[in-house]
Amino acid sequence: MLTLPEVEKIAHLARLHLTEAEKQQFQQQLSAVLDYMAVLEQLDTRDVPPTAHAVPQQNIWREDYIEPSLTTEDVFFNTSQHEQQQFKIQSVLLDE
Amino acid sequence: MDLTSLTLTELRHALRTGQTTSAAATEAIINRIVAVDNQVQSYLTLADELAYQQAEAADQRIAAGEETPLLGVPVAIKDIICTAGVETTAGSKILDGFIPPYDAFVVQKLKEAGAVIIGKTNTDEFAMGSSTENSAFFTTRNPWDLRRVPGGSSGGSAAAVAAQLAYGALGTDTGGSVRQPASLCNLVGLRPTYGRVSRWGVIAFASSLDQVAPFGRTVADCAAMLQVVAGYDPRDSTSLNEPVPDYAAALTGDIQGLKIGVPEQFFGNGLNEEVAQAVRTAIDKLVGLGATIHPISLPHIRYALPVYYLIAPAEASANLARYDGIRYGPQINGDDLLDSLKKTRALFGPEVKRRIMLGSYALSAGYYEAYYGKAQKVRTLITRDFKEAFTQVDVIATPTSPVTAFRIGEKADDPLSMYLADIYTLPLNLSASCGLSVPCGFDSQGLPIGLQLMGDTLQEATILKAAYAYEQATAWHKRLPVLQSPSSPDEEE
Repeated sequence: MLTLPEVEKIAHLARLHLTEAEKQQFQQQLSAVLDYMAVLEQLDTRDVPPTAHAVPQQNIWREDYIEPSLTTEDVFFNTSQHEQQQFKIQSVLLDE
Repeated sequence: MDLTSLTLTELRHALRTGQTTSAAATEAIINRIVAVDNQVQSYLTLADELAYQQAEAADQRIAAGEETPLLGVPVAIKDIICTAGVETTAGSKILDGFIPPYDAFVVQKLKEAGAVIIGKTNTDEFAMGSSTENSAFFTTRNPWDLRRVPGGSSGGSAAAVAAQLAYGALGTDTGGSVRQPASLCNLVGLRPTYGRVSRWGVIAFASSLDQVAPFGRTVADCAAMLQVVAGYDPRDSTSLNEPVPDYAAALTGDIQGLKIGVPEQFFGNGLNEEVAQAVRTAIDKLVGLGATIHPISLPHIRYALPVYYLIAPAEASANLARYDGIRYGPQINGDDLLDSLKKTRALFGPEVKRRIMLGSYALSAGYYEAYYGKAQKVRTLITRDFKEAFTQVDVIATPTSPVTAFRIGEKADDPLSMYLADIYTLPLNLSASCGLSVPCGFDSQGLPIGLQLMGDTLQEATILKAAYAYEQATAWHKRLPVLQSPSSPDEEE
C-alpha cells in the first residue's frame, strides 16, 4: 500500500496539484494497480534484454540542411504571454 | 440516392462515374451531423467551411480525370491528430482552444489525396481510456444503443463512421483504441505495424506504442484509408522506410491454404459466452473458405496487461510533462512558477492524472528497475511469443473485445476493470505485429461483435485479405444502426 507522503512525493515529481480527496483516491487506486503488477515478479528475466521499441531502428541520421520552420507568428499564436519574440514566464530567480 | 448510406468504396464509384459530387456528399454528411449528432455526440469540432472548399477542389480534380482512393471522400479525424487552423484538444481541458500551426503527416496525406476533412472527433483525454467517458468534454454514444459506450479511445471516430456521419475516419491505437471501438460499433478498424504510419503531428501518449489507425465500414474502405496514410516520413525517426503495397490488390477473396493460429489463452475467463461463440463460428467460416487452423500458444500473454500499464503510463508521464500552460493551452496563475505549473496541470482529468502518477512512480528512483525495467524485459518475451507464432501461422484469430458495448457509467469508477477492456488488443501493441477487427456477429441484445485478426510485421495485406474473404462470405457489415428520431426522449440522462 502506498503511503500518503509517497502519493504527495509522486505528485510533486509529476508537478501535479492534487486535492485532498484526489490524494486519498489515488492512494487506493494506485495501490490496487501496483498490486496487480506484482504478477511480473513471477518471471525470471535475468537474461532477457529490454525492449524499448517494437521495431528497433538505430542511428537515424539526416543531412544537415536548413528546412523551413514555423514562423514566429505561428509559434506565439497559442499564447498571450510573450514579449520581444520570447515566451514570458514568472520569475525563477527572485531579488532578495 | 441516399448518399450517407453509401460505403466509402461505393461513394468513390459514384464520384468516379459522375453520379454525384464531393460537394453533394459533403453537404449530405454535414446535414446528417446537424440532424443526429446531438444524439451520438461523435464530433468535437466541425470544419464545415473548410470541408466545402476541399470538396469543391476535389470535384475539380475528379472532373480532370484524377483518381486516388479517397478523392472527394468526407472523412473524420480523431481530435488527437493536429489539423492546421482547426482546434485540436486531445479531449483535454489543458489544450482547450489550441489551434495547431501545422497538419500532422497523415492529415497532409489525406489532403494531398483529396479527402474532405469534416471535423474532429471525440476521444478519451489523451487517448487514455476505452469508452470516451474520459473525454473532458462529453461522452460519445454508441449508435447501436445510445445508453452504451462506443468503445475508445477513438470512440468519436468509430461512432461517426457507424452513424454514417463520415465515410471513413482516423483514430489512434496505442493499446486497442481503434480495434476495440471498431468491434463495439460493427466496423473494420486496423492497427498498422508500429512505424508503418508516421506519428508526426500526432499528440503523443505512449511513444513506443502509438500508431495512427483507420476505420471503415468495410474492409475495402479501411484498406483505402490505410493506402493513403501509410508510408515513410523522415520527420518521425521510428517511421519505417519500406514500400507500401497495393492493399486493394490483396482483396481477392482467396484464402486457400492460409494458416490461422488460434491461441486458447484468448478464450479463457472473462470472455463473454456469446462473443466466444460468434468468434469460434467466424473461425469455422474461415476454414470453410480454405484456411487451415493451428492451435498455437502465446505463453506470456497473461503478462501483457501489467506490462502495458507500466510502459504506457511511464511514457505518458514523460510526454505529458510538456503541458505547462506557457506555450499553448490555458494557464492558471499561482504564487510562483512552480505553483502555476502545478495548478495549470490540475486541468488534466482524473484518468490522465492517475496515469501520470503511475508512470512517475514506475520511473522514480528506487522503482525504475523493479517496474519499468522489468516491464521492458517482459515486453521482449511477449514480442518473442508473437515472432515464434508467426513462424507457424500467417494470421492469429481471437476475439477483439471480451464483451460487447457496455453501459455508460458501468466501469467509470473502476480503473482496473476498464483496463481489462483492452485485454485482447494490447498484447499486439507491445510486439511488432499488426491487427484488425472485422464484424463477426451480434449478441442477443443486438450489439456488434468483432473478430480480431493479427499478422506479422508489415503483413497488413495478409490480414486485410483474410478479413475481406470473411466479410464477403458474411453479411454482418451490411447491418446499420437505426438512430431514433430526434424528438424521442433520451433515456437515462
